[in-house]
Amino acid sequence: MSKSRFVYVTYIRTTPAKLWEALTTPEFMRQYWFGSIAESRWTAGSPWKLLFEDGTLADTGEIVEAEPGRRLVIRWMNEWKPEIKAEGWSLCTMEIEPVTDVDVPAVKLSITHEIDRAESQFIGAVSGGWPRILSNLKSLLETGAILLNPKKIPG
Amino acid sequence: MQSNGCMNEPDLLFKAIADPSRRKLLDVLHEHDGRTLTELCEHLAMARQSVTQHLGLLESANLVSTQWRGREKLHFLNPVPLQEIYERWIRKFEQPRLKALHRLKQRLESEE
Repeated sequence: MSKSRFVYVTYIRTTPAKLWEALTTPEFMRQYWFGSIAESRWTAGSPWKLLFEDGTLADTGEIVEAEPGRRLVIRWMNEWKPEIKAEGWSLCTMEIEPVTDVDVPAVKLSITHEIDRAESQFIGAVSGGWPRILSNLKSLLETGAILLNPKKIPG
Repeated sequence: MQSNGCMNEPDLLFKAIADPSRRKLLDVLHEHDGRTLTELCEHLAMARQSVTQHLGLLESANLVSTQWRGREKLHFLNPVPLQEIYERWIRKFEQPRLKALHRLKQRLESEE
């Protein structure tokens, strides 16, 4: 079956617990997701939705798997652009792995977003946004770590 | 994966994109993501072993991420470190440069 998929990876100097908090707390999310927030109970089977800064619905879905600090899988559908919504469900998997062979504790965050169709507009649209979101998330978490521990100098 | 690479050290990142074959690999992946080594080799006139080495360097710079599908290793372009280069090295210089160009244009045009 042909699929559209991307696999984005970033390494962040933080802990799995803090990264999980950043991924699932609306107040935190707003700071790096360009004002958007996601709302959910963050347990398997719970509904999930992503809202733009002005409160309009961006995407909807359902939590497929939620293992705090380790793994989050979301069934995800666009709601604001009819031709993209028509592509149906995508699957977004976020994996958090601790990186231990470095001086400063870090985590590897991998985002895999896929849909069961070739040349997907949905994947094209979200793949453009993720690098900026992840770059913001990294800066935010690492700046926070610097505030907590001023001896650590960012690389 | 090497620990120094996984932290996106700038030296490794810039080294990775300093080579034309590696930039070609990034372009090929940008065109179509999730390719096997064999598919990537079709686009480069070099030995499979060399392509493997280039991919290894790109992977250690975190510009390429991989996933296994059965026995096949699929390669994906990971643009996140490029975004970080943009944030660090391009965006902050953009505004002053645009302003300078604007002032230059105004001055040259007012001299006419």
